[in-house]
Amino acid sequence: MSAPIIQIRNVVKRFAGGTTAVDNVSFDIGQNEFFALLGPSGCGKTTLLRMIAGLETPSEGEIIIDGVDMAFTPPNQRPVNMVFQSYAVFPHMSVLQNVEYGLMVTGTPKDETRKRAKEALDMVQLGHLGERRPDQLSGGQRQRVALARALVKRPKVLLLDEPLSALDAKLREAMQLELARLQKTVGITFIIVTHDQDEALSMADRIAVMNAGRVSQIAAPIALYEAPASRFVADFIGKVNLIDATVTGVKGNEVACKAKGLGEILIPSNQPAKGQVTLAVRPEKLTLGTAAPKKAGLVKLSGTVRDVSYYGDTSHVIVTAAGIELAVNVQNDARRSSIITRGQNVWVSWAPDDTLILTE
Amino acid sequence: MESWRNNRFLFWLLTLPGAFWLALFFVAPLSVLWVYSFGAKSGITDIEITGTALNYLRALDPVYFQIMWKSLWISAIATFVCLVLAYPIAFAICFAPTRWKPVLLLITILPFWINLLIRTYALMAVFRTNGFVNQTLGGAWNFFDGLFTGGSFPYQPLQLLYNDGSVIAGLVYVYLPFMVLPLYATIERLDKSYLEASLDLGASQFRTLMSVTVPLTMPGIISGVLLVFIPCLGAFLTPALLGGANAIMIGNVIEAQFKSANDWPFGAALSFILIYATFGALALRWVLTRKSQGEGA
Amino acid sequence: MTAEARPAPGLRRFWPAALPQGPLDYGRRLWMRVLLASVFLFLYAPIAVLIAFSFNDSKRNIVWQGFTLKYYAVAWNNADLFDAMTNSLIIAAVSTLFATVIGAMVGLQLWRFRFPFKGAYEGFMALPIVIPEITLGVSLMAFFFKLGWMTTDLGWPFNLFPIIIAHIAFCFPFVAIVVRSRMVGFNMQLEEASKDLGASQWQTFRHVLLPYMKPGLIAGALLAFTLSLDDFVITYFTSGPGSVTFPVKVFSMVRRGVTPDINAASTVLIVITVVATVLAMKMQAPDKTGKGQ
Repeated sequence: MSAPIIQIRNVVKRFAGGTTAVDNVSFDIGQNEFFALLGPSGCGKTTLLRMIAGLETPSEGEIIIDGVDMAFTPPNQRPVNMVFQSYAVFPHMSVLQNVEYGLMVTGTPKDETRKRAKEALDMVQLGHLGERRPDQLSGGQRQRVALARALVKRPKVLLLDEPLSALDAKLREAMQLELARLQKTVGITFIIVTHDQDEALSMADRIAVMNAGRVSQIAAPIALYEAPASRFVADFIGKVNLIDATVTGVKGNEVACKAKGLGEILIPSNQPAKGQVTLAVRPEKLTLGTAAPKKAGLVKLSGTVRDVSYYGDTSHVIVTAAGIELAVNVQNDARRSSIITRGQNVWVSWAPDDTLILTE
Repeated sequence: MESWRNNRFLFWLLTLPGAFWLALFFVAPLSVLWVYSFGAKSGITDIEITGTALNYLRALDPVYFQIMWKSLWISAIATFVCLVLAYPIAFAICFAPTRWKPVLLLITILPFWINLLIRTYALMAVFRTNGFVNQTLGGAWNFFDGLFTGGSFPYQPLQLLYNDGSVIAGLVYVYLPFMVLPLYATIERLDKSYLEASLDLGASQFRTLMSVTVPLTMPGIISGVLLVFIPCLGAFLTPALLGGANAIMIGNVIEAQFKSANDWPFGAALSFILIYATFGALALRWVLTRKSQGEGA
Repeated sequence: MTAEARPAPGLRRFWPAALPQGPLDYGRRLWMRVLLASVFLFLYAPIAVLIAFSFNDSKRNIVWQGFTLKYYAVAWNNADLFDAMTNSLIIAAVSTLFATVIGAMVGLQLWRFRFPFKGAYEGFMALPIVIPEITLGVSLMAFFFKLGWMTTDLGWPFNLFPIIIAHIAFCFPFVAIVVRSRMVGFNMQLEEASKDLGASQWQTFRHVLLPYMKPGLIAGALLAFTLSLDDFVITYFTSGPGSVTFPVKVFSMVRRGVTPDINAASTVLIVITVVATVLAMKMQAPDKTGKGQ
């Protein structure tokens, strides 16, 4: 990672009511990174973003932007700009005036202001709507105005607070692509706050998963999904089957675990583990069959289909096997692919390699 | 909401008492007064309706014109002082911790419920030559005077009553809550992220106030200004008690025409000049709010 | 990264509540608090002084001479003042009753019905609130003279009628506003449900609408009561020699000078209105019952 543009050092935020929104958080965000803060509502992600913007003051700790401690820098003097969740496009100004505002208030010459504002509007494909009033725009257009208004300031970091939450599903998907493209074009750091895992996974270079004011894990999307560090992260990102197990021994690169209904299985793992652990398997890693799989070395279970939800491309199946419930995602890859019905007896199997051992 | 045609009986049942009352005891009296304003005194209690405009012309007489002018600027200053004081107060209440908000709001508007006369009287007692303010100032003055000069410059009480300043102070004292309430209501409804966005884009606190907060709270400012300015313009009690003979406003002249001078037609004309001024102010608000709505606020 | 969390530098360490938590935390800014405190002092100090000196054992009302209740006795035994207070309370009670009923009807009508020229009608209903009080006062005075009510002595208590009529006229629009804003939160489906369950229009009003409207009615009534009790300007012009109210009486006394028994009587009136106001505020406090989309 290149030199960090933002360093967050032991930041704590306590609110007047006594709640701790952010609890001793430290991490770095690199130059030109698309960084996502992901977590359930109330996890402190927005508070953290607002502290970076200067809209909240940390109770403890430091926020360093481009090497400068921001403790006493008010928001209007920070080299960051924000796209607000409500967009906060000034209703008493035209689109162009909105975009010019940030340059005008800092004394940029008039002709340069106009030129840069027009460029910024062109960049978000709103060049033709400069004279419109915000109430004549759609939600998506208002968001582009908010984007242009922040980017025209040429900030070192762009902060986006749940930017897509107010858009409908189709538009959201298009904007995800566009934001990622835009970030590559302007070449600055984007920090996005979201509670939507798909948004974070599809756009971000790295994701910090937050829970109850703390950072649970920081990793690239693939690592986060395939190698979550904790039960919380595994459960929060995508769907997962979690099985309680006990470690019975370590043999070389394999850990032997004993779990109810599974017996003893050997799982390839480099991490030391002992005592009580949780085994995690993603539903799409599980295979469903009417007969016992012939391949050796698989984890196999016989059970009964309890529920089937049909989603067109996939079916989500819940199987009860040996006293545990397993979620299985079946790809409907052939038109007449096996029709699974409730109450049917099936075999569930997966490769031990697809099993994760979670100690937290 | 349903159309009145759906339930005509209920509609008229609910409508008639109020409409009757206003027609009989509001419109009719005002009409009588309006007709009187075109009349002339023909005896001690008799008024002859001659259709003359002399009463209105008499209002332009320098003596009365000056009083009207004075009423106008005293009201304007009082309104302005109210605005300048009330804006930060409304702001402070809006941004106070949630549990404090209702308390602060109650403290602000409670004086509004206390009798106007009693409040004015209380202010009178405080501002008197030997009132609370002069007592306090005098005590401090005499203490330091005794300390430094051995008491060679005894305190001369300030004449705080019976001037334009005391009337303005009285009007501000009485009408300040009227300004705080509409301002509070608009600021409370204002999406705070507009202010944050402005700060985030590099504007200073002052710039944010002037370019974002004030324009976006303009409807509240206009309502507050009208709520204070209109009663100030017609004020009668405050100048009568705090202004004495030195600070007469149009309300005092109207009172005199009906109570002592007994020139009802002239008093009626002055009253209607007051009403026209009120309507003018209301029309101005209508134009201003339409304009700001047109701007999308 | 694993170092102990470092406390924020400077003043915030010693006095965490003193500094703003963010740029919009105006409520915590020192100058804001000083201003708020000064304005509250300006608003309350005169009233506090007035109340304090009603207990002062000194005729000249300047320096504290000791606690006494004798001016309350003086005020109580002042027959004119006592009669004025009785008149005020009777006028306030009767006009509150009428203003509440008429105002509630207007409020319901404006909330319930759509009709031609509604905007103009609403403006008309708000006129008594907007028109300068003194104009309303002198117009009613002229009107009652014209009807002969002010020149012939109607005898007590009938000589209070003009004042009551005037008070109803300027009080009921306020009640209408309070009732209407209360009804805005009413879930219309409750009414439909009641009718669907077989209730007549009257039963629906009696058992569904009226209970919902009640806090608004009480708040409106208390508002009308204080407005009537407090009114000086309109009463001043519509009262005759036999129908003096408390504020009008106090006005004539105040013109002659400041005396402790006025302080005592004023204190009593302040207590009455403050209690009524706080009750009204409690009634208006929003609740969640019956609210709909």
